[in-house]
Amino acid sequence: MSDVSLMVNGKRVSGAAEDRTLLVHFLRENLGLTGTHVGCDTSQCGACVVHVDGKAVKSCTMLAVQASGSSVVTIEGLANGADLHPVQAAFKEHHGLQCGFCTPGMIMTATDMINRHPEGLDEATVRAELEGNICRCTGYHNIVKAILAASKTMAKGTKGKAKQAA
Amino acid sequence: MGIEGVGARVARKEDKRFITGAGRYVDDMVVPGMKHAAFVRSPHAHAQIKKIDVKKAQAMPGVIGVLTGKELKADGIGNLICGWMIHSKDGSPMKMGAWSPLAVDKVRYVGDAVVVVVAETKGQARDAAEAVEITYKELKAVVEATKALEKGAPQIHAEAENNLIFDWEIGDAKATDAAIKAAAHVTRMKIVNNRLVPNAMEPRAALGHYDKAEDHYTCWTTSQNPHVARLVMSAFYNVAPENKLRVIAPDVGGGFGSKIYIYPEEIVCLWASKKTGVPVKWVADRTESFLSDAHGRDHVSTVEMAFDKNNRITGLKVDTIANLGAYMSLFSSCVPTYLYATLLSGQYDIPAIHANVRTVYTNTAPVDAYRGAGRPEATYLLERTMEAAARELGVSPAELRRKNFITSFPHQTPVIMNYDAGDYGASLDAAMKASDYAGFAKRKAAAAKKGLLRGIGMSCYIEACGIAPSAAVGSLGAGVGLWESAEVRVNAVGTIEVLTGSHSHGQGHETTFAQLVNQRFGVPIDSVSIVHGDTDKVQMGMGTYGSRSGAVGMSAISKALDKVEAKAKKIAAHLLEADEGDIVIENGALKVAGTDKNVPWFQVALAAYTAHNLPAGMEPGLKETAFYDPSNFTFPAGCYICEVEIEPETGTTEIVQFVAADDFGNIINPMIVEGQVHGGIAQGIGQALLEGAHYDASGQLLTASYMDYTMPRAGDLPSFKVSTSNTPCPGNPLGIKGCGEAGAIGSPPAVINAITDAIGIADIAMPASPPTVWAAIRAAKH
Repeated sequence: MSDVSLMVNGKRVSGAAEDRTLLVHFLRENLGLTGTHVGCDTSQCGACVVHVDGKAVKSCTMLAVQASGSSVVTIEGLANGADLHPVQAAFKEHHGLQCGFCTPGMIMTATDMINRHPEGLDEATVRAELEGNICRCTGYHNIVKAILAASKTMAKGTKGKAKQAA
Repeated sequence: MGIEGVGARVARKEDKRFITGAGRYVDDMVVPGMKHAAFVRSPHAHAQIKKIDVKKAQAMPGVIGVLTGKELKADGIGNLICGWMIHSKDGSPMKMGAWSPLAVDKVRYVGDAVVVVVAETKGQARDAAEAVEITYKELKAVVEATKALEKGAPQIHAEAENNLIFDWEIGDAKATDAAIKAAAHVTRMKIVNNRLVPNAMEPRAALGHYDKAEDHYTCWTTSQNPHVARLVMSAFYNVAPENKLRVIAPDVGGGFGSKIYIYPEEIVCLWASKKTGVPVKWVADRTESFLSDAHGRDHVSTVEMAFDKNNRITGLKVDTIANLGAYMSLFSSCVPTYLYATLLSGQYDIPAIHANVRTVYTNTAPVDAYRGAGRPEATYLLERTMEAAARELGVSPAELRRKNFITSFPHQTPVIMNYDAGDYGASLDAAMKASDYAGFAKRKAAAAKKGLLRGIGMSCYIEACGIAPSAAVGSLGAGVGLWESAEVRVNAVGTIEVLTGSHSHGQGHETTFAQLVNQRFGVPIDSVSIVHGDTDKVQMGMGTYGSRSGAVGMSAISKALDKVEAKAKKIAAHLLEADEGDIVIENGALKVAGTDKNVPWFQVALAAYTAHNLPAGMEPGLKETAFYDPSNFTFPAGCYICEVEIEPETGTTEIVQFVAADDFGNIINPMIVEGQVHGGIAQGIGQALLEGAHYDASGQLLTASYMDYTMPRAGDLPSFKVSTSNTPCPGNPLGIKGCGEAGAIGSPPAVINAITDAIGIADIAMPASPPTVWAAIRAAKH
């Protein structure tokens, strides 16, 4: 057993975990954050994507002890209070989800993707960068649409803030 | 149409919980004292169990119980069954072999459950499962259906000689043979429909909780039809009487057919909970899902299609061998029969059809319905054959199809189905226009300049949804009725709960069903709650599969709404001192037509519950129940056109355009319908280009992870051009046909027709992966 201590969704959490405990299991079982899902056992499906220190990470690929000392954001911590994050809002508006199982991972991946591409995104890039996330319901059509739309919304938001700052 | 009514693109009500991580799936459920199960599964495809030694496992840390099939049998738990009786053409009933939830004497496929371990943690359960010692005597295995029928093949079940489950036929053999004999041209094909794994993103899971004090069981399970699960577990598997068993299917992460069936694991979790005295949860890992979820398709067929000198089809003869795997899954027998051969007329007026179907045991996972279930196999067979025929006859594939279209309705086919409505020419026209079919030659020439092979392919599919009516399916062997139930409960403040026997696992029922209520009473959809997935809340229902929730489930709701509306109008007429026949519902109020006299909806509801001033003799309350049993199947149809570019040096196929023109009848929420089509097409393209379950000769599943089984990813697919036309279904009150499976049914032949067109070959195997395409290009050159 090891002690694990990290920031999750802005709160400091700690607990004991078996050495073999994966971050995803620590989040789900120790912290009750069940929004992060497990859809495979080979780090292929991406249902477990969270942000670790600002980067999208498959939480099934990381041990809980490895994440000790990090700051983790899960799907539960993405929205700003009652306001949906623009990516969440876009997934709803563009019907980018059906059964909802892959959705948390998709949204966390998409948010990271948009953050990494301040210059904007095109369809080919979105499709290529979704390589690590599998959806069986939507055929990706509306997921791609939602990510492109959110990318535009977030770019506007950034410009707005830049203007305010100026 | 209001902004939330029928036909509106309303964003989904259920999305909020899914996009914020607040969905509640079975694996998210925790009950006090809950422990974890791991299954010990057979590593062999075919073997006798000589000895099971659980001593070492029992002594492992955290282990609560290690249970075997012998104990399960001793407690009277029954064998799993197939619920649809098919008789062979000689009149004998299908030969169903025994399927124990935990194997006792013999294992028949890799993944067959043998022992269950219950422990404090999932990790401890798995560790202990590895310590269970089972001595097997390996037997020769067979994985291909055609080989399983050969003389000397390993005998899998004593009940089924030569592994033949049934040898069934439909149609008129004599007339069909005569048509082929007299034909001006006969197109002959061998058609293989590749085996697929459904792969809902949420792996199957079950949580069984036995309450000793109440002698009552609760099962949380990843089910598309919790009531069917309860019925079957009570009536056939002897788990508990229905009143002592509650089945809950909470949020379920996709199904595609694979979560219709009742599997060994949920039975075992319930039984093990009683046995060990603790709630028992099991969650499949992905490899377990690959091994033990019911697979789909796996047909090998030959087809002969006869034409007269005017290129009109005169006869169709089909011989199919269907692989049902090691055991007969719940609906496995109806898939290659009544969901397949009855659709072999397609969109075409064919005077004579005969199909023979043999189903076969093999040492592979059980095979059952997967999105489309039989109709994709029928469509693939027909639409590949039509394409081949057009090429052989030297005519346009579009015109050959058009010439043979059924154009007047109702139309009785030679294989049971009575098509009620359709306009196949309209879908073909719409698809050809949207794909700029006429401009293809130019695009092909442009691609050739870049060194790419460009091809175009079409597919005109028909399918049958909302399998019904109950009496008819009963006469064909179904063990259940296929109606649906609904209860509409209007609360005293006018908000509404709709209880439905349908189950949503991605289809958006919480929104579309509420739209139906909004359309009727003007109540905002936020004031309408859809309740489903719990046998304690909803009395009975048949669940969601076969694209039935719209046509059957919503029709039941519509019927219940009729009753609520009638009573509400009586109350309003009484309050307004008007004639009941003059009351209309507009903008959330009940009005006397042509006057300003009205009473708001919520006041009618309140009046029903205060019961201070109701018409004489009226019972208080405003709640109605309806059961709806359709009079016929519904028949969605459409035309899909796929255009591909192939890189000849690598064999890589890119889908450069995919057009779908569907006729689903009336549509409640176009946004959701389009989403269903997108998802279906992706699965169909997956079948055509990427997906295939492969067993080696010894019965090991080589494609048992996402490293090995190629799931369609975003980069494999284009955006789709989809549209709909509408010939309303005359068979149900809403005119709905169903849209859940069309995409997966119509798309594979369109893709393969495009690839064979691009390469200039007669056929190619699915999945047409780069090595297969590359080899085909090389072979075509030589």
